[in-house]
Amino acid sequence: MTLRQTQDAAGTTPERDSVVVRGVAKTFTTKTGDVSALEAIDLTVAAGEFVALIGPSGCGKSTLLRLIADLDAPTSGTIEVFGKPADKARRDQDYGIAFQQAGLLPWRTVAANIALPLELHGLATAERKARVAELAELVGLTDFFDRHPDQLSGGMQQRVAIARALAARPRLLLMDEPFGALDEMTRERMQTELARIAAETGAAVVFVTHSVPEAVFLSDRVVVMSPRPGRITTVLETGFGSDAARDEALRESPAFFDRVTAVREALHGVPVSATGREGR
Amino acid sequence: MSAPDTAAATEPAAPPAEEQPAGERVGDTRPLGARTFSPGQKRGERSGRTSSRALSAWGWGAVGILLIVLVWELYKFFGPADGVVVFGTRILPRTTDLAMPHVWEMIGRILAPVTRAEGSPPLWAAIALAALTTLGIAAVGWIVGVVVGIALALVMQRWRLVEWGLLPWIILSQTVPLIAFAPIVKSWGSRVEIAGVQWQDWMSVALIASYLAFFPIAVGALRGLQSPDRIHTELMYTYAAGYWPTLLRLRFPASVPYLLPALRLGAANAVVGAVVAEVSTGLQGGIGRLLIQFAGQASGDPSKAWAPIFGAVALGLVAAGSVAMLGLLLKDYRRGEAT
Repeated sequence: MTLRQTQDAAGTTPERDSVVVRGVAKTFTTKTGDVSALEAIDLTVAAGEFVALIGPSGCGKSTLLRLIADLDAPTSGTIEVFGKPADKARRDQDYGIAFQQAGLLPWRTVAANIALPLELHGLATAERKARVAELAELVGLTDFFDRHPDQLSGGMQQRVAIARALAARPRLLLMDEPFGALDEMTRERMQTELARIAAETGAAVVFVTHSVPEAVFLSDRVVVMSPRPGRITTVLETGFGSDAARDEALRESPAFFDRVTAVREALHGVPVSATGREGR
Repeated sequence: MSAPDTAAATEPAAPPAEEQPAGERVGDTRPLGARTFSPGQKRGERSGRTSSRALSAWGWGAVGILLIVLVWELYKFFGPADGVVVFGTRILPRTTDLAMPHVWEMIGRILAPVTRAEGSPPLWAAIALAALTTLGIAAVGWIVGVVVGIALALVMQRWRLVEWGLLPWIILSQTVPLIAFAPIVKSWGSRVEIAGVQWQDWMSVALIASYLAFFPIAVGALRGLQSPDRIHTELMYTYAAGYWPTLLRLRFPASVPYLLPALRLGAANAVVGAVVAEVSTGLQGGIGRLLIQFAGQASGDPSKAWAPIFGAVALGLVAAGSVAMLGLLLKDYRRGEAT
């Protein structure tokens, strides 16, 4: 039973779309001339929906995420997060964010790193402590509470970063290749973890990755992008549904392989055999 | 490789931990062997390692001093009385008792009274008192230097334009031989009166010390304040944290590894500045004055002239050591350095 289902059952207010991107283009000005990073992007992420952005390097998927996070401004078009302009949403702390690097503050303990956003928003000490304990439990780091980041493995650091992103109970999580620097085994465990956390918190997720199986395993929809200029070529429903258990069985199911093949074909633009190509 | 792994690897005899962390079940891919330690053991082991390392550091320090003593005495014994002269230029000093007293004579002189007069205090006490006086003045100069240096770094970090405009002047400021102007600073000071308090001569010396101290601090603090990675500044931006929260929670803590060496350098500069300014303004009571005074008596009492030199060395060590203590207090902020 997820939080989201509870809310749906209550059905008091229809939930607003998490992200609405309309006709967005982004051009970077460089010495050698203008470079078009994104063109004609339209994308809607529903409340509680898990959307993966996938594409080759330079397709603008990270740029799109940065635009949603208001870390950059679009050259044209509009971005709304929960019905507000992106910068208003940022100032209201409507989203949590995690990058490829964990980006923990090395002088802070695990607990203090998770507490950082709460501290900045002036949450009372007692409340903050309770929330941090809850988050540490959620990501399974209760026993590493007082450690410093340099005493943690890469996977554990990334879990701290995810707990930190979730600290202020955002209804939207923005993740830019958060597992990109992890080894395959840790990566798969983290994916399972993230799927559980996303289901438990009911937050919508925009997840940038360049791993096809990762995108298929985690998301409700996979958005395939192509480079120069970055644009959306295909949107694929994984069709597993948000209630489907994201576990090892799913990874080995024929439906999973079907979707992986479909995404791969969309990426390459031509049908390829499902076997013998990049087994990531 | 993360620290716990290393700890477990270097301590194979560690007994299995009583409490197997429950958090291990999720996503922890380290081999089981790496988990069998408890935090207590690791801390104990680490402190044991650091204490033995500290001991060997002191040991090597003592060896270094002994080596200098040895070279001094060997040269004094074997070297020609008139020194080593090459093409009319003396490149090594005379080895007479006047130029190079024996080490034990210098030590004996420090323990003896300052003069033969009745009730004269031992020389070391006079040196210590003078050194403390100078240390106090240098400390005031250092604190002023810290405040000014960090303030300059803050405005330079805040506004790029200020950095471009100010940094060249800060660097240029150190090319001005302020020591040469010390008497002028003193005479200006004598005309200054702030809130009924007459400008004191020691304040001129502290001012000169601060002038030398602020420079490394301003430069180091600026580098430190600019040191946070983009990922961290962007993170603070996504938290909608303004200038002051970012400064307090990100820039200041991140600047510590840059600031500590700068503070140490500043302390050394403040001591040098204070001693030299004492000499050139003729301030009484400090080690600088004793250096001049005892050097004047060297023809009759050669060992005595060395006493304030040792005092000045000890002074510098105390100043640098005090800042090093500050580093111990702030060790959590230096974690980036270790790994």
